[in-house]
Amino acid sequence: MKFVDEFRDAELGRAVAGEILASVEPGRHYKVMEVCGGHTHSIYKYGVDDLLPANVELVHGPGCPVCVIPMGRVDDGIAVAREPGVIFTCFGDMMRVPGSEGSLLEAKARGADIRMVYSPLDALRIAKANPERQVVFFAIGFETTAPSTALTLKRAKAEGVANFSVMCSHVTIVPPLRALLDSPDLRLDGFIGPGHVCTVVGARPFDFIPADYDRPVVIAGFEPLDILQAIQMILRQLDDDRCEVENQYKRVVPHEGNQRALEVMAEVFELRPHFEWRGLGFISHSGLKLSDAYADWDAELRFSVPGVRVADPKACQCGEVLKGVIKPWECKVFGTACTPERPIGTCMVSSEGACAAYYNFGRFAREREVV
Amino acid sequence: MTSPQAAAVSEREQRILGIIETARGKRAKFRDSHVNMAHGAGGKATQGMIEGLFVPAFGGEALEAMGDAGAVEVDGVELAMTTDSFVVKPLRFPGGSIGDLAVNGTVNDLAMAGARPLALTLSLVLEEGLPADELRAEVEAIAAAAREAEVEIVAGDTKVVERGHADGMYVCTTGIGRRDPRGQLSPAALEPGDRILLSGTIGEHGTAIMLARGEFELDAPIESDTRSLWPAVDAMLDAAGPHLRCLRDATRGGVASVLNELARASGVAMIVREASVPVHPAVAGASEILGIDPMYVANEGKLVAFVAPEVADDALAALRSVAGCEQATEIGEVRTEPPGMVLVETSFGGKRVMDQLVGDPLPRIC
Repeated sequence: MKFVDEFRDAELGRAVAGEILASVEPGRHYKVMEVCGGHTHSIYKYGVDDLLPANVELVHGPGCPVCVIPMGRVDDGIAVAREPGVIFTCFGDMMRVPGSEGSLLEAKARGADIRMVYSPLDALRIAKANPERQVVFFAIGFETTAPSTALTLKRAKAEGVANFSVMCSHVTIVPPLRALLDSPDLRLDGFIGPGHVCTVVGARPFDFIPADYDRPVVIAGFEPLDILQAIQMILRQLDDDRCEVENQYKRVVPHEGNQRALEVMAEVFELRPHFEWRGLGFISHSGLKLSDAYADWDAELRFSVPGVRVADPKACQCGEVLKGVIKPWECKVFGTACTPERPIGTCMVSSEGACAAYYNFGRFAREREVV
Repeated sequence: MTSPQAAAVSEREQRILGIIETARGKRAKFRDSHVNMAHGAGGKATQGMIEGLFVPAFGGEALEAMGDAGAVEVDGVELAMTTDSFVVKPLRFPGGSIGDLAVNGTVNDLAMAGARPLALTLSLVLEEGLPADELRAEVEAIAAAAREAEVEIVAGDTKVVERGHADGMYVCTTGIGRRDPRGQLSPAALEPGDRILLSGTIGEHGTAIMLARGEFELDAPIESDTRSLWPAVDAMLDAAGPHLRCLRDATRGGVASVLNELARASGVAMIVREASVPVHPAVAGASEILGIDPMYVANEGKLVAFVAPEVADDALAALRSVAGCEQATEIGEVRTEPPGMVLVETSFGGKRVMDQLVGDPLPRIC
């Protein structure tokens, strides 16, 4: 595929990996966090970490939008889905995320009408095709998916689709990063910035990381060469004692972001005072709700949402894993109370979360060499 | 020198890895309170239901072997038996229909057991209101596919259910075949050094069905690959005989699921070279857009063969001489460590684990 294959060129990859190997200080250990779940996925898919020197470690960040949804929020979604006459719609990978009493997939098996959609517009289409039913869209994701929810709501309002509503669980990326950076025991040397989020918000919202916390940020694309190059750029900044936000993904990310998308978001959403993150607890001003102008389409006002709060078990140490303070296996519940079949924290929910990956592949990662 | 603290830490890691190993080695359990769609996807949930519910209930040596078909011996004649149900939406799709699948699917399960397909039975569950023309078209498709595969339909049954059930029609076929004396196939027979052959491009059937459902507003010239694989098996048995270790058709769950299942069954590792796995450009494009890995997408006319290294080239040449298998290729080999795991050398040059599917291959949002 033209314009994609060029960024997956194995020979170029080897060359960049070779340059990285030549540039690292042998005695020094580098920890770089990829913030976005999309980067984690690419790293696994292409085996990018396998090409890095042993002393360059990638730490998977909090940017997997389905994994950070807390159990109580999933329970709330299931409660709405069970209301008579409701068609509950959500993205495919949200279906498997466990609540305190099972996932949406299991609720569907018990009779709730839960349907997978590929875009919020599909949910609106279902609403228009079923005027006698209430159609709810479970909106999740960072600034990447929020504009499409906002546009869908604008259209629902313009067309007067009264049987459509949104259960808004959108989150923003900066507050959890700030929470991680505020931690005194942080062990991260730099950040691979979330390319997709930056196409919407631009590069500026990340200026605080070098300015206030002295850590370099490189906004990166999602092909394996993008990621390798971003790592190289971070290491170069560390080597040069520089600390700034660099944009490796200039072919897509404008410095100012997408003004139109930001305007639509500002019209449709407002910040919640607090939002709970699985494994990270409550973070101020980190979640979005519908603005007053869109209150008529707010599923949380239309239905009696129980507002379930299921505390993460005290022993869960996702926060420490995300900060790079401990390894997954050092968590008190890892592999015993918390497993991929019955996950507790965000790091175990997705197969690409740090803990799930270690659970499934840890032995391989330790031995690396195949005999 | 290792500090005592570091030693203690690594001891603890070893202990945790040990706990995980023990948990993974245990037979899968069936703990769910209700059946959900993941139980039908061919991944971990399906395995839990089979190993945790069916095998313990029915026991038996033939079932324990977990092959595509079970072995039955009648007066010294070795037979293979298998059964399969077909539930597909839409009934017709580019490259085939539910009728083609119902014949080829069962014929292929027999072929994978090294058995020449002899006869099928046919059960139809029809929905009230199904247009007679659609029924007629499927009956003709079944007849044509059976002629093509040289099997006879020897018995049948029909039930009609009320409107709203059965998506038009469900089809179930049961097949019987005679085990070919040239082969000694077994899922536990793999040995380190064995070569892994793949009979052609992957992911066409699953992608064709997904696009035919019209959920994606995507259009691509992709057709289902449904076909009988007995001619391919026949040719390989001729070329490799007892050195042909095991065969699997890469249906639900795709090539990745087949490899994982056999790595576990034989207690071996596998390494697959991603760059040598043939993928039709239209399938690669659709997978890219949908965020799906073609290694996990269903095929209905592709097999994975494990052969001893000394006959690998001959088996591959024989495979390529069969119509529909011209693009057959060697995609990797069997290793010893780490047992039960399938590793991929990505086309970008890194290595990673290719894990079992957890549920349906759902499109990702992130």
